Amino acid sequence: MIGDLPVAAFTSTETYIASRDLEVAVNAAVSLQRPLLVKGEPGTGKTMLAHEVAAALGLPLIEWHIKSTTKAQQGLYEYDAVSRLRDGQLGDPRVHDISNYIVRGKLWDAFEADAPVVVLIDEIDKADIEFPNDLLLELDRMQFFVYETRKTVTAKHRPVVIITSNNEKELPDAFLRRCFFHYIRFPDRPTMERIVAAHYPDLRSDLAREALNVFFQIRDVPGLKKKPATSELLDWLKLLMVDDLPAEVLRSKDTHVVIPPLHGALLKNEQDVHLFERIAFLARRGGG
Amino acid sequence: MFAPFLLALRGAGLPVSVTEYLALMGAMREGVAAYSVEDFYFLSRAILVKDERHLDRFDRVFAEAFKGLEAAEGLNPRALPEEWLRKLAEKLLTPEEMAKIQALGGLEALMQRLAELLAEQKGRHQGGSKWIGTAGTSPFGAYGYNPEGVRIGQDKSRHKRAVKVWDKREFRDLDGDVELGTRNFRLALRRLRRFARQGAPVELDIPDTIRSTANNAGMLDLKLVPERHNAVKILLFLDVGGSMDEHVRLSEELFSACRTEFKHLEYFYFHNFTYERVWKENRRRHDRVVPTEEVLRTYGPDYRLIFVGDAAMSPYEILMPGGSVEHWNEEPGRAWLDRLTTHYRRSAWLNPTPEGGWAHTQSIGVVRQLMAGRMFPLTPDGIEAMTRELGR
Repeated sequence: MIGDLPVAAFTSTETYIASRDLEVAVNAAVSLQRPLLVKGEPGTGKTMLAHEVAAALGLPLIEWHIKSTTKAQQGLYEYDAVSRLRDGQLGDPRVHDISNYIVRGKLWDAFEADAPVVVLIDEIDKADIEFPNDLLLELDRMQFFVYETRKTVTAKHRPVVIITSNNEKELPDAFLRRCFFHYIRFPDRPTMERIVAAHYPDLRSDLAREALNVFFQIRDVPGLKKKPATSELLDWLKLLMVDDLPAEVLRSKDTHVVIPPLHGALLKNEQDVHLFERIAFLARRGGG
Repeated sequence: MFAPFLLALRGAGLPVSVTEYLALMGAMREGVAAYSVEDFYFLSRAILVKDERHLDRFDRVFAEAFKGLEAAEGLNPRALPEEWLRKLAEKLLTPEEMAKIQALGGLEALMQRLAELLAEQKGRHQGGSKWIGTAGTSPFGAYGYNPEGVRIGQDKSRHKRAVKVWDKREFRDLDGDVELGTRNFRLALRRLRRFARQGAPVELDIPDTIRSTANNAGMLDLKLVPERHNAVKILLFLDVGGSMDEHVRLSEELFSACRTEFKHLEYFYFHNFTYERVWKENRRRHDRVVPTEEVLRTYGPDYRLIFVGDAAMSPYEILMPGGSVEHWNEEPGRAWLDRLTTHYRRSAWLNPTPEGGWAHTQSIGVVRQLMAGRMFPLTPDGIEAMTRELGR
C-alpha cells in the first residue's frame, strides 16, 4: 500500500543523474514512507536530490535549513512569549488567546498541507547533538503535541522526508533506526561525463574531455585539503565556457602554465594551490 | 528467508535489528526491488546500513551470503577485457615463463584458463591453490594479481557486470578500522572534537533564562546548560625519526587542526622512547632540549598525556640504563615512562602500526604492559577508543 502518495518512481532526469542505487534507495523510502538520510562528500548533489525528488513526484518542496543554533522545536512551532508579554502590557485583547502567539514551523506546514509534500531537512549535523533525538517521534508518527494549546497536530499526508548530513556529528542510533540511508559516492568518469552533458549540452566535446582529464588529475593529487567535487567541476566548466577557451590550453605542456586556467573554481584554499603547483612542477621536471 | 543473512550481518558487527529486517520485508512486498539481485543489493543496503563506515563490511557479508545466486546475470568470461589480461601477463611473465606457457599450449590457452578461473571465482580470493589472487601455486596469484588491485570494475561501462557491484568494495576506505589517511582524517577530527567538549560544569544560559522569565511573566527563572568548550588539556609526545615521520606529521596536523577546541595543547618530541629529555623543535633537537623533569613540573596532572609512536625498538632501549640509541641515559626509559604515567593520571599511547602486528614486536608488548593496556591504533576507531579512555 502506497497510501496517498502518487506512484511515481524516481529516476534520473535531464538535469540530475542519479545512480541506480540512489534510485532504489529513494523509491524504497518513498514507498515505505520512511525518512531518507543522505550523506556524501560536499558538492555531490545531496541538497539537489530533494529538489529532484520533489520534481519527479510532482510534489511541492518544503526546505528546512539547519544551523548550529536551530532547535528541533523550531521546526514544529514557536511560542512567541515576548510579543504576548508586550501585548499584555498594552492591553491588546489578542492576548487572551494563546494560539495567536504560536508561530508555525516548517514541519507543521508540511503536516497540515492538503497534499503530500517533500520535506528537506538540510545539513542536520550542523545542529546540536540532541536535535535528531528531539525529532524521533515527530518523524516516526508524523505528529506532535502543542503544549500551549493542548492540541495534537497530525500529518494529513505523510510527507516524503529527505535529510542530508555532512558527517560533522555522529547521529544517534535511535534516529538512524528510523531512516533509510544512502551514501552518495563520488561519481566515476562515465557518470561524470553524463552529468556534464546534462548540465552543459552545448559544451564542446574536446573541451569537456580535457577538462575532465584535468579535473580527475586534480582529485588524484594526494593530500588536498578539499578535493573538488561535482559542483566545483560544473562551476569551472561554466567559467571555461564563458571565456571560450580552446581545449589546447588545458593540455598545454608550456612550462609557464603550471596550473589549469581559472583554477579558483576548483581549488578553494591557497595551500592546495601551492601543493598542486609543486606537484605539477615536479611531474613536469621528471617528465622532461 | 533472509534471517541467516541478517545474522551474518550482526556477526560482522553491523548493528542491524528486527526493525530494519521488517522494513526490508515491507519494501520487498512493495516490490521496490522487483526481480533483480542488484536492486535487492541496493535496497538492502539502503535499509540495513546506517553508516558509511559499515558499507564495506556489508558488501563482504552480502557477497558471502548470496554467492552463486546471480548466476544468470553474473560474470561472463567472454566479456573480460582481454586486452588487459594479455598486457598483464606480458608485463609480468619472464622469458622462461613465457617459454613454459608455450609448452602449456600458448598464451591463448592460458588466457582461456584465466578467464575460466575468473568466472569460477566467486567473491574474493580466499587462499588455496586454485583461485587467482592467492599467493599460492596459482600461476597468476604469484605475481600479485588481484581483482581488486587491478580494478576490473572500472571498466564497467564497457564491460557491464564484469564484476559484481558489491565485490568492488568501493567503500573500503570509509571503514573506521583502516589506518588514518586524508580520507578519514575528518572523521578522526570529529571524534577528537567531541572529546574536547565533553564533561564540564554548567553555565548560565542567558537566552533561555530571558525566554523562560518572559514565559513566567517577569518572574526570574534561571536556566543552566552544560559548558561545552575547552575542557581538555592535552600534552602530546611525538616519536620522530625514521618511519615515524609521516605518521607524526599526520597526528600533528590532526591535533593542531582542532587545537582551538582544547584549552591547552603542548607538543614535545622524543626519539624511540622517553628519557630524561625531550625537545620542542626538531631542527634544534640537540641544543634546545627540555628536561622531562621540567615538563612534569610545568604541566599539572590535569593534562591528558598522549604518546604517538610505533614503540618498535630493542627492549634494551626501554629497560636498561644506557639503552638509548642516541645518548647515554643514566636511568632506563621505563623509569621515565612510569614517572610520566603516574604524574598524568590519564594517558594513552597511539600506535600507527596496524593492531594485528603488535604481537610480533616484543617492545610493543613491553610498552603496552607499561601503559597498562592503554595503547590504541592510530585509526578513527582507535582514536575514539582512546578518547573514551581519556575522558573517563
